[in-house]
Amino acid sequence: MSFQVELPHVGESVTEAVIGKWLISPGDKIEKYDPLVEVITDKVNMDVPSPATGTLTKILAEEGETVPMGAVIAEMDTGEESAPVAAPDSGTVQAASSSPSASRIGTLVQGANVGPTGGEFLDTSLSTSEPEAAPQTAASSSTSSPRQKGFSPVVTRLAAQHDIDLNSLVGTGLGGRVTKKDVMTAVEAGGSAVSSAPDANDSREDEIIDPTPIRRMIADHMVKSMSEIPHAWSAIEVDVTGMVEWRSANKESFQQQHGVRITYLPIALEVVANALRKHPRLNSRWSDGKIVLKKAVNVGVAVAASEGLVVPVVHGAADATLVELAGMLDGVVNRARSGSMTIEDVQGGTFTLNNTGSLGSVWGGAIINHPQAAILTTEAIVKRPVVITENGSDSVVVRSMMNICLSFDHRIIDGAEASEFLQSVKSGLEAISLDSDLK
Amino acid sequence: MPEQTVIEAVRATMQAEMRRDDSIILLGEDVGSRGGVFLASDGLIDEFGEDRVIDTPLAESSICGVAIGAAVNGLRPIAEIQFADFMWPAINQLVGEASKVRYGTNGVKTAPMTVRVPYGGGVRGGLYHSQSIEVLFAHTPGLSVVAPATPYDAKGLLASAIRSEDPVIVLEHKRTYRLVKGDVPDEDYTIPIGKAEIKRPGTDLTIFTYGLMLHYALQAAEMASANGIDVEVLDLRTLRPLDEDAIAESASRTGKALIVQEDTPAVSISSEVAAIIGERCFFDLDGPITRLGPPEIPPMPFSPIQEAAFMPSPEKILAAITKLAEL
Repeated sequence: MSFQVELPHVGESVTEAVIGKWLISPGDKIEKYDPLVEVITDKVNMDVPSPATGTLTKILAEEGETVPMGAVIAEMDTGEESAPVAAPDSGTVQAASSSPSASRIGTLVQGANVGPTGGEFLDTSLSTSEPEAAPQTAASSSTSSPRQKGFSPVVTRLAAQHDIDLNSLVGTGLGGRVTKKDVMTAVEAGGSAVSSAPDANDSREDEIIDPTPIRRMIADHMVKSMSEIPHAWSAIEVDVTGMVEWRSANKESFQQQHGVRITYLPIALEVVANALRKHPRLNSRWSDGKIVLKKAVNVGVAVAASEGLVVPVVHGAADATLVELAGMLDGVVNRARSGSMTIEDVQGGTFTLNNTGSLGSVWGGAIINHPQAAILTTEAIVKRPVVITENGSDSVVVRSMMNICLSFDHRIIDGAEASEFLQSVKSGLEAISLDSDLK
Repeated sequence: MPEQTVIEAVRATMQAEMRRDDSIILLGEDVGSRGGVFLASDGLIDEFGEDRVIDTPLAESSICGVAIGAAVNGLRPIAEIQFADFMWPAINQLVGEASKVRYGTNGVKTAPMTVRVPYGGGVRGGLYHSQSIEVLFAHTPGLSVVAPATPYDAKGLLASAIRSEDPVIVLEHKRTYRLVKGDVPDEDYTIPIGKAEIKRPGTDLTIFTYGLMLHYALQAAEMASANGIDVEVLDLRTLRPLDEDAIAESASRTGKALIVQEDTPAVSISSEVAAIIGERCFFDLDGPITRLGPPEIPPMPFSPIQEAAFMPSPEKILAAITKLAEL
């Protein structure tokens, strides 16, 4: 019995995947659960297991192709007999080209006598000028004006068939509606509304790189976030002298005592997670015109892996101790760098922390990790002369300063709330001193 | 190829069929020496005599009832109803009896009869000379209903109706009788009952229509093409049975359907076409199935201004095309 192999759904918000490598060829036999094909999603790479024991008969999604979750990617045969399936009714269709000539359809006789023999009837001429009446369409259609964001059945079907991201198309229909024609134009242009033809401005010496599947995923994700989420930005300076002093004094003893390295990242993570509890709107997402406040505080941590940016998630960050956070981070970051993350490692994120400071950056306007509400960057810690006011007198001292920059979804969060959140993080970090008992 | 009007094609076809087959008789009000109210049978009584061209009393139930009796007993009657508006007394004979002959006799008897019916408006005919009556018969299993709109189709479908072993209602739009002129080959041919025809191929949307509205739709399509809208026009030609495959094929291909008819839309041919498209083409549709017809009022008005407001026109069809195409 032959059947179709569908790309399995692998987790929330993962809507499509790139076919990496087929691990067997058509004609090969495979056992149930043995790896069939590698797929790459914007979050994780994985092997799709064979759904049954049998023979791979046909590959329908080629390597490098982007396919939606649930799409048919291959055909297999279990070798068992099954009842024959009736062939689909092809129907007899009348070719458009068979339409008759104009002379056979006939022409209209001007001034023709339209009445019976007596000619009692007058001609209501075709050219009679008529009152400007709106077309009298049936009642049902007069109320069926299209929803602005609705896709018609054929548009939905064609987009799925040809792997077209409808959100990337510019609709030419009423109110920007994406029409069947728009989809077909995109199909002819090679799957994207944006022309992939080389720009006339590119000279022959310029190198053109085909992005890797991961790169393309990142690109799509960024476009989606920037086009859907109205970003706003805010930044604040934090005096982290106390945190720096604490870490340099405690890093060896911490590792000895708890068996895990302590960096600034888990410390910042703990402070941010606690601030998210206080400001739940920062830990939310915009969904179909509603704001969903997420109960769990699962903080994604942006990691630069060899193939590109990945964002492993530390689950339950607000309920973990610093030692636990350091341990979880260590594990997840190592898995991210070695490309061995699990689905659990990448799903369920509710907020993202981006430690760009390790690269020397002092300010950044990050793109929100869609569909989250905000992303925070911790920038480089630099020693700077700072004016400190103590007992009414100013003095200039050298302090370790760090900027933290927040990008937030302005649909959910206003500037005041964003600043309150930044203040919470700031005071949390500035409360750390040499005397703190962090664990 | 000789050019004929619809009425000339109807007359020539009846004449040719009666020459071919002696069992064909013609009966109706004034079909004899008067030659029919529209002159459809002009001269036929001279050629075929009073036994085969029979003037009847003003009784439509009798005309159709006599036709059933003649058909069941071996003749092939063509009954002419002077105006569709006068047809209601014959409903019982046609819906109640003719449609059931084959079934009721377990196939032993059939009623090979044709009922020719001038119908439709736009002729200043007012309340009693303008009606569209197709739905009542098209709803009835056991009857076939054809509605040719061109001289070519009038010949081919009338010939098929006369040769059919079962009753066929032939609806002839009276406005087309002398308005539409086109090529009609001399040689014998038939057009199968139940086959629609694409009268104008197009890609952007399909107009489904029949009768006089075919010509208005073709005019509107021509006007739309000046605006860059490529309209397909499908002539249903047979209203029972509808050519479901042709309807679905065209609607699927263009993705947009506009159904135009002169009859009021509620519970009508357009309802049925819309249902077929909805059932068979859902995943190919790129817009709402749209219907254009007159307002739901009892009669076609007599006042020229009101009649024009009532009737769909090329301009109204163009407006509907534009709205659907630009969606």
